[in-house]
Amino acid sequence: MSNIPKDTKQIEEAVWEIPTSFKQGMNVPARIYATKKLLETMDPGVFDQVTNVACLPGIQKAALCMPDGHWGYGFPIGGVAAMDAETGVISPGGIGFDINCGMRLVTTNLTIKDVQPKLKELVNTFFQTVPSGVGCKGFVKINNQQFNNVMEEGVKWCVENNYGWQKDLERIESNGRIDWADSSKVSQKARQRGIDQLGTLGSGNHYLEIQHVKPENIIDKDIARKFGIFPDQIVIMFHCGSRGFGHQVATDYLKIFENVMQREKIKILDKELSCAPFSSKEGQDYYKAMACAANMAFANRQVILHRIREGFEKIFKTKAEDMEMHCVYDVAHNLARLQEFKIDGKKKKLVVHRKGATLCQGPGNSEVSKLYRDIGSPVIIGGSMETGSYLLVGTEKADNETFSSTAHGSGRTMSRHQAKKEFRGDQLQKEMEQRGIYVKSGSMSGLAEEAGSAYKEINDVIDALAKAGISKPVTKLIPIGNVK
Amino acid sequence: MKYKFLPHTADIIFEAYGKTLESLFENSALALEEIMVDIKTLETKEHYEISLKTNSIENLLYDFLSELIFVKDTEGLLFNKFDVVISHKNKVYEIFARCEGDFINRETQDLHDDAKAITMHEFEIIKEEDKWKAKVLVDI
Repeated sequence: MSNIPKDTKQIEEAVWEIPTSFKQGMNVPARIYATKKLLETMDPGVFDQVTNVACLPGIQKAALCMPDGHWGYGFPIGGVAAMDAETGVISPGGIGFDINCGMRLVTTNLTIKDVQPKLKELVNTFFQTVPSGVGCKGFVKINNQQFNNVMEEGVKWCVENNYGWQKDLERIESNGRIDWADSSKVSQKARQRGIDQLGTLGSGNHYLEIQHVKPENIIDKDIARKFGIFPDQIVIMFHCGSRGFGHQVATDYLKIFENVMQREKIKILDKELSCAPFSSKEGQDYYKAMACAANMAFANRQVILHRIREGFEKIFKTKAEDMEMHCVYDVAHNLARLQEFKIDGKKKKLVVHRKGATLCQGPGNSEVSKLYRDIGSPVIIGGSMETGSYLLVGTEKADNETFSSTAHGSGRTMSRHQAKKEFRGDQLQKEMEQRGIYVKSGSMSGLAEEAGSAYKEINDVIDALAKAGISKPVTKLIPIGNVK
Repeated sequence: MKYKFLPHTADIIFEAYGKTLESLFENSALALEEIMVDIKTLETKEHYEISLKTNSIENLLYDFLSELIFVKDTEGLLFNKFDVVISHKNKVYEIFARCEGDFINRETQDLHDDAKAITMHEFEIIKEEDKWKAKVLVDI
C-alpha cells in the first residue's frame, strides 16, 4: 500500500509537492523528486521527516527530498534544506553524523582485458592496504599539530606530504579544502577518535570498487570523453567519509545545541533536528568544526587514492602517472555550505544542508572547477555492490530549482535487520563471484546487509533525476571487484 | 529477553530491557556491542572502567553508550560483559561501569557493523510496571 500523503500534488512528471496545510508549523511546502514508481515505494518516515524539516526556522522555498530518499533520523536521507543565513538555523542532523561522506572516482588507461587477470590480486591488496570494518586504523601517523593542519588544509596537506599530485586538487570539490575550518572548534575527544583514521574506509555502506565501463553503458559520449572515460576502461570508485572524527564533532555539537535551543526558544518536532541560529556563536562554531571534519574526509579519500595508486603500481609494475590514474572528481553528499541563490528574484545567502544529497552545478556556474566549468560539475552516484553506479553531470535546472543538489545513491528499501534474515554473506559472496564480481569483506553479516535487493533499483533513481532534469547521466559503471 | 533489534531502513534501532536500571544499562551496552561483533566470539580477557555523571537518566545512558563507541575507536576494545552501578543524588546521575572484553581482531572475531554514533532519534527510557525499557537508534 502506498504511504503517499493524501494532499500530495504532482507538479511535474518527476516532482511532487506536499503543501504547508499537511502539518501544523510547516513554513514552506515539501518537494519530492521521484517518479511515481519510486514515490509509491518510499518509507512513510520520509514524508514525516521531510515535512518536519519544512518547519525549521528560516527555511526557504521548500524542503526537498531526492529520488533515493529514505528514512533517516531527523532529516530524511536524500534531504536538502536551504536556510536564510541571517534568520535561519544550522542543524547537524541535516548534514549527517558522517560529515563529508562522499564519493571519489579515479580513471586508469587500463582496459578490462588488462585488469581481469589481476583482479583478485588487486582486491586482496586493497583489502589489506585500505583498512575497513569495525575500529579500523590507518597507516598515516601524525601528531596533534599535523592533525590541525589536516583539519584546516585538507588535501593540500596530503599533496605537501606526498600523498597525492598537485593536479588532484582541481579535481576535488572546493579543491579539497573548506577554507572556513578552524581546528580550535574541535573537541579533544573528536581529535582522539580521528587522529589515526586517515586512509580508512569504515564499514556499513562504505566501499572501494573496481568498475568496468561497458561500451553499451556510455550514455553521453562527448561528456564521458571530457571526464576521461572511454569504452572498456577500468575505473575505481570509493565511498567513505570523516569516520569517527566527524561523528564525534556532530555528537559534541548536538549536545551544545540542546542548550542553545532552550535559550533561543526554538521548538523542533524531532530531537535529531537539534539546531542553532546560523548567526549565533554556537552555530558558527559548529560550521567551522564541520569544515574541519569535511577537510579530514577529503584528506581521508586522498590518502586512500594514494594507496590505490601504490597498489596498481606494484601489481602492474608501471607508474601511476603512466596508467593515467587521475581523479575524475571527489564530491561530498553530507555537508552544509553557505551559497548564494535567487529567492523571489533577489540574491540571498543561504546555508544549504545536504544530507545524502550531492552538490550538483550546471555549465557556467562560477563555483565549478575551471576544468569542468563549461560542462557542469561531475556527480558520482554510488549504487549497491551488485548493480552498479553512475557518473552524471550537473544542470542549470539543479542550480535554479534544487539549490544545486541531486541524489547520492540508490537508497535503501530494506532494513539491515531484514537483509541479514534474507541473505547470507558467504552465499552472496559466492554468487557474486559467479557473476563476475569478486568481493572481499571483513564481515559476512555486513556483506549480507549490503545485498543489491536491499536497495532501490539504481536505474529508477537515475531515471527520476533525468526526468526531473536535475542531473544528466553520462555513464553507468559496473563493479567487478569490491572491498568492504 | 535482554534486548531486540527493530527494523530501520538505514541504521539500527534496538530495544533493551532490565528489571533494574543497572541491568537496563548493561543490556543496552550488550546490544550496542552486538551491533559491532558477535559477542560470543569475543574473549573476556581485558577490562576497562567507565565513570560518568550528568543531569538525567536519559543523558546518562546516551553518554555511557557514546563512551563505549569512543573506547572502541581510541582503545580498540569491544566488550561482552558489563557490571554497572548507578547512583543519583540531587539531580546528578552517576554511573560506574566495569567493562570486560577484548581488543578488536578480525581474524578471530565475527565482526559486524561499525557503530559510529548514538542518535537522539526516538531515544527513550520508559518504566513499565516491574521493568525498564530503552529505545536507541545507532548510526552505523
